[in-house]
Amino acid sequence: MSPGVTIEHVSFAYGATPVLDDVNVEIAAGEFFAFLGPSGSGKSTLLRLIAGFGTPSVGRILIGNRDVTEVPPWNRNVGMVFQNYALWPHMSVAKNVAFGLERRKLSKAEIEHKIRAVLDLVGLSEFAGRRPAQLSGGQQQRVALARTIVIEPEILLLDEPLSNLDAKLRVEVRSELKDLQQKLGITTIYVTHDQEDANAIADRIAVLDQGCIQQVGVPIDLYDHPANRFVATFLGTANLIEGNLEPVGRFVADGLILDGIGGVPGPACIAIRPQDVAIEPVTDGIEAIVRKREFLGSITRYRVQVGKHLLVVDATHHRDREAFLVGASVRIKIDPRQAAVLR
Amino acid sequence: MAVLGDTPIAAPVRRVSLIARYGASPAQIIAVVAVAVFLLAFLVVPILRVILVAFTGADGYFSLVNFGDFFASPLLRESFRNSVYVAVMTVALASLIAVPLATLISRYRFRGAALIHTLGVIPLVMPPFVGAVAMQLIYGRNGAINLLLLDWLGIRVPFMEGLNGVIFVEALHYFPFILVNLSASLNNIDSAMEESAQNLGAHGFTLFSRIVFPLALPGYVAGAALVFVKVFDDLATPLLLNVSNMLAPQAYLKITSVGITDPMGYVISVIIITCSVGGLTLASLSLRGRDYATQQRGGGGLSQRQLGRLGTAVAVVFMVIALALVLSPHIGIFLLSIGTMWSYAVLPDDFTIGHYVTVWQEAGPLIGNTVLYCGLAGMIDVVVGTIVAYVLLRTRLPGRQFLEQVAMSAVAVPGLVLGIGLLRTYYDVTLPFTDQPLATFWVMLVIAYSVRRLPYALAAAKAALQQLHVSLEEAAESLGAGKFTTLGRIVVPLMVGGLFAGFVMSFATAAVELSATLLLVARSADAPLAYGIYIYMQSAAGRGPGAALGVIAVVVVAIATFMSYRLAEHERGLMSRERFL
Repeated sequence: MSPGVTIEHVSFAYGATPVLDDVNVEIAAGEFFAFLGPSGSGKSTLLRLIAGFGTPSVGRILIGNRDVTEVPPWNRNVGMVFQNYALWPHMSVAKNVAFGLERRKLSKAEIEHKIRAVLDLVGLSEFAGRRPAQLSGGQQQRVALARTIVIEPEILLLDEPLSNLDAKLRVEVRSELKDLQQKLGITTIYVTHDQEDANAIADRIAVLDQGCIQQVGVPIDLYDHPANRFVATFLGTANLIEGNLEPVGRFVADGLILDGIGGVPGPACIAIRPQDVAIEPVTDGIEAIVRKREFLGSITRYRVQVGKHLLVVDATHHRDREAFLVGASVRIKIDPRQAAVLR
Repeated sequence: MAVLGDTPIAAPVRRVSLIARYGASPAQIIAVVAVAVFLLAFLVVPILRVILVAFTGADGYFSLVNFGDFFASPLLRESFRNSVYVAVMTVALASLIAVPLATLISRYRFRGAALIHTLGVIPLVMPPFVGAVAMQLIYGRNGAINLLLLDWLGIRVPFMEGLNGVIFVEALHYFPFILVNLSASLNNIDSAMEESAQNLGAHGFTLFSRIVFPLALPGYVAGAALVFVKVFDDLATPLLLNVSNMLAPQAYLKITSVGITDPMGYVISVIIITCSVGGLTLASLSLRGRDYATQQRGGGGLSQRQLGRLGTAVAVVFMVIALALVLSPHIGIFLLSIGTMWSYAVLPDDFTIGHYVTVWQEAGPLIGNTVLYCGLAGMIDVVVGTIVAYVLLRTRLPGRQFLEQVAMSAVAVPGLVLGIGLLRTYYDVTLPFTDQPLATFWVMLVIAYSVRRLPYALAAAKAALQQLHVSLEEAAESLGAGKFTTLGRIVVPLMVGGLFAGFVMSFATAAVELSATLLLVARSADAPLAYGIYIYMQSAAGRGPGAALGVIAVVVVAIATFMSYRLAEHERGLMSRERFL
């Protein structure tokens, strides 16, 4: 069984530029875990530290119970798939895959057997003799994966593995990755800036921003109960409304009043998803004016003005449904149970 | 086919203009034809002439008898073996110096990296034959080092005996070709290539030999092939070291002593060309089937790391030794130029500025000739290089790739062979109103230099043009400028930085060219600096003044190179400022 990974108080800086600040994460054995964040959030650096490319200035990294903080990359038995695959152009597919096995001093027969098995697994058996340049992007990606998993690493690290694939292929590869991970039962850490990828594939996600972990949790929890403004807006779209929470559960913000919001009284910010605002022809809602309209297929996305607030509102689209015109006066309804109060 | 409505009508016969068909205006086509004629007259015909003579028997028909004679002669067979041996050993010795240095600068972070970069340029500003004499005084049988060794350890090391001397001098002079090409290659490797190998368990020497070096191989091979070709071609170094049993000296001696009708000089030329072309072909064959184009960029070069304590110590010792070796010809030549007597002694007996006074009178015309010839040659190269690059990248003229290949092939043509070919082809052509053969007219030196250095300028022009987005030209054309105006007003001004670099490269390397010079200089009044130095260096008494001239040559080339760079930088600075204002 693949061990878990513990990251304890890890900080890291490139020269004077701080990249990671006191990061703590506990990744369970066999878990599919994602680091999600915008570029520059430190997620790739964190992955590289786990692989051994760099040593944290503070803190420790444990694989299972083994402290690997000072262990060089070649002694870690952590497999990493690089963003650009990093296939060696001067070696055939089979040679690329054999490389790690040769370092582990396996017998020739064993190496050949394993190469065949892993290429079968990723569906590239016929391509063993090809050079990487003769493969398509998706095939190169599989070779990179095969080269990494063939050494049976304790941990599998994936650095934006789907970013070089086109939209259709990435959905396919994504589900294949998930299947493979479950088949192998290997603890996997996945770095991405794409929330959809992370939501679709990961058991749990750690959201990073500016070198700090913002929130850790299962995808639905992060979406429904974001801990702060960053998480609320980075995962999906959210209307953030700054205001004041009064003792009776009434939220007041510049011309917008919502009742039935729980929480500690005082200044507060609430997040409401666009699909949780109703803009159907209701008569008893809050008055609003349509400022913008975008037809996106399954939904029509409006921007409506309420007092000083500009809210994003999604209305599901059905055949021949008439849309509201820009400038139209409408009424909207917000379900208070769907409002998340942020710190 | 034009189809209007439902009724197909015959397309009118359209007269396709040159511009529509080839993307080139008539004026441009004339320029291309002129370039083609230039290359034909001064590169293709002379070389073919050499080959033709080599394969012609006494009866005037095709024959291999000359080659039979070549291989029947023990001296020539030995010369052939020696040339190959010296070229291979030079590549080996140069690699021993260059590979560790290149690895150090591209993979490790430490003070002194800039020093190594400088190391890579120092040797190139001094012709190898100038250093040869100084090296004899330092490393020769009775040179400084051997006298010290004899004193301390009672031994002598034959650094400079026979072929060893040639190998030693050439390796010290030409190792930068490998250093520069290999470090460029190393710096181009994506760091993920290395990291993925580490991730799979490789480190240290395995990592270097299995991943890093194979990926950098194209750079190494390119550098090594250049060294091989250069060594084969170098005439003056063996001559000054009194080694005549090599191919280049033999060819020179045949032509100058027996005369330009003796077929053996031509046979040797053909063999030298064959070896050059063979070396370059072997190099490109060794890389065939290896695809390096997939080296993804963006990850940056190899990650540089700190050297450990032991590593630093080893690196420092290695660098000090390398620096001492590389600088020794320069130090030697300087000492020689200010020393009164220097033989059987570690250092000269006394110092003087007398040698500089001696050469002062002569230095003027020699410098003037060098600047004139090399300046003209550099300009010809820039013009021809620009035209060829433009035709290649911006037009659809038929045969444009062929034109480029012919121009680039000058890389594989040894100066000696080109000199012999020009001599043979144009000796019978006399200048109007005089009896002087065209072959020994000073302009022929300019032409020989420009043909030989054309590949440098062409490569620079191609690089500059590739960076220039074609939309800049299209904008000018859409505003009404013709092809020629666009070229003159837009393309060339924007290429100026790259063209300057090409000019400097042509100028600086032509200034130290001697192989062709020795054959084509007829009167001492026409002689450039390199020739003057060679003449002085031949006699023991002339060494001091020769060394003084050598120092002057180094200074002239260095100043010219530096000034051109400053000028080019200034120009580029102006352009970028204007663009951002």
